[in-house]
Amino acid sequence: MVAAVHLARASRRFGATLALDAVELEIAEGEFFGLLGPSGSGKTTCLRLIAGFDHPSQGHVEIFGQRCEDLPPYRRPVSTVFQDYALFPHMSVLDNVAYGLMVRGTGKAERHAAARDALALVKLAGYDARRPSELSGGQRQRVALARSLVTRPKVLLLDEPLGALDLKLREEMQVELKSLQKSLGITFVFVTHDQGEALSMSDRIAVFDHGRVMQVGSPEAIYERPAVPFVADFVGGSNVIDGAALALPGLPPGLYSLRPEKIRLGAGDDGAQVTAEGEIVAVLYQGGVHRVTLRLASTSLTVLVPAAEARGLSVGARQAVGWRVADMHRMEGAG
Amino acid sequence: MGAAVATAADGRTGFWTRLSDLLYRRSGLVLALLLGPPLLWIGVIYVGSLFALLLQSFFSIDEFTGMVRPELTLKTYGELLHPANLDIILRTVVMAALVTLVGALIAFPIAYYAARYARGRLKAAFYIAIMLPLWSSYLVRVYAWKLILAKEGALTWGIERVGLTPLLEGLLSLPVIGGPSLSFSYIGTFLVFLYLWLPFMILPIQAALERVPASMIEAAGDLGARPGQAFRTVILPLALPGVVAGSIFTFSLTLGDYITPQIVGTSRLFIGQAVYIHQGTAGNIPLAAAFSVVPILVMAVYLTIAKRMGAFNAL
Repeated sequence: MVAAVHLARASRRFGATLALDAVELEIAEGEFFGLLGPSGSGKTTCLRLIAGFDHPSQGHVEIFGQRCEDLPPYRRPVSTVFQDYALFPHMSVLDNVAYGLMVRGTGKAERHAAARDALALVKLAGYDARRPSELSGGQRQRVALARSLVTRPKVLLLDEPLGALDLKLREEMQVELKSLQKSLGITFVFVTHDQGEALSMSDRIAVFDHGRVMQVGSPEAIYERPAVPFVADFVGGSNVIDGAALALPGLPPGLYSLRPEKIRLGAGDDGAQVTAEGEIVAVLYQGGVHRVTLRLASTSLTVLVPAAEARGLSVGARQAVGWRVADMHRMEGAG
Repeated sequence: MGAAVATAADGRTGFWTRLSDLLYRRSGLVLALLLGPPLLWIGVIYVGSLFALLLQSFFSIDEFTGMVRPELTLKTYGELLHPANLDIILRTVVMAALVTLVGALIAFPIAYYAARYARGRLKAAFYIAIMLPLWSSYLVRVYAWKLILAKEGALTWGIERVGLTPLLEGLLSLPVIGGPSLSFSYIGTFLVFLYLWLPFMILPIQAALERVPASMIEAAGDLGARPGQAFRTVILPLALPGVVAGSIFTFSLTLGDYITPQIVGTSRLFIGQAVYIHQGTAGNIPLAAAFSVVPILVMAVYLTIAKRMGAFNAL
């Protein structure tokens, strides 16, 4: 099956900086695909190459097998939901949503009917006559979504779609976007710097750093089996441990990731096979858990401790910890 | 006790501190002090004289004595309808409209480039290029144009060198807009007006385009609009308040100018010259006042139409 989007060793150079470095990426039809990375990692550049607002300096982009070098944005079967929504301030909500049909020459009655359907889809029926300036952030985003969907794109691109919303609204929209994507069957490609959002929404994720794709995989794979230290650290703040420093017999050398919630307080507790002791550097209260940072001889460890066990931990004290070897994941991609 | 706390917090008790404290507590006083003088200036001197002008236009002049009769009448406005005076009004309004229209057409691409593409040093160069002409005297620039446009001037010479003299002669032999040379024709007057007021058209359009986020133009293309459609449906409507602001400048500046048409162009009068002559040598203040009400009315009509057409919807 031909990929919905294929970036074929696409690079993008801005002056002296390489924003995108030979990115090879295939996104399947019907997939909810997340581009995750810190700001400046190239994920938005990647999205702009697919949309056609920008062009690769080297390599090329294919959409459903068609090479796009000469395809301007208005002739690509993709649509973008912009980070700032980019609603037209001089048009009503209905005209905003109907815009894509209007420029295609669809008659007024027909395009307004389609726009009303799209507004109903995003639960904004009855908002036809409002101006974008009269809507809340969440409503604006729904209008932007409806406006992009009304032209029936094959691929929907979302640039930090939930970035400007408050936490509760964000969680609501995560669920809604996900179910919308399921029911429409359109390929969604979305950019985010929030690993929680990427993990909960994506079928697959590509993690970006400095213009390069560090790892592509399912959320479980990215979270449980990071390929490189950057992914281990960026997706959920795993500890990165050098196997050689543990001096365990039979342990292959290399870098290992260890999730902070897998580490227990106290040595030799319920089957811990590795133990270490260090000085407590910081204890951060985080609601249900405490995030404790320990300084060891050669490295530091982050441990998530349930609130009930965290009593009596104080900065400066020494503390023993332990974990199972099986919970350590060897990162194959780490050189 | 409050004062004691304040002194305890810091030892400042001088006159300026007490004055600052007073102004801080009475914010209405600050507003009054800030707005009072300019409001007095605008209210009394500007609106007052405008009102005096309006009043004068409803007076008339006694044909025998040449004195102003301070009785309200529409007689002076009736005089505006004399063919000679109507000619002046029509000539001025058509000239102002053409200068505005062509000015907008020339200014838009320049403003668009400056707002969308020019960055850093290029942008500074743009501002200097637009503003530099305004640093020299208006009269110097108009006289410079007279020399450029004269029969023996640089432009005619240049046209001759590239072999386009027949074209120029054809242009000058046209009725109404033609004349003995560019500097003695409406074409000349038009060119000078266009040059003089172009900065006033470019800057507001550039400011309006500067406020249109790039993502909005990208969104139009993304949704399927070809560049021409994106321009008509998104860029132009959003830049329209700037175009209207610029056109107010170019239109009213042309309507009121009385020097340029005197230096470059035919001997036929524009409104500004008519006002100048009637209030000066002719001593007919009421007619001069009535003439100067015309641009105000024309502007009012223009703005009403612009508003009806939705020019300010994007504000």
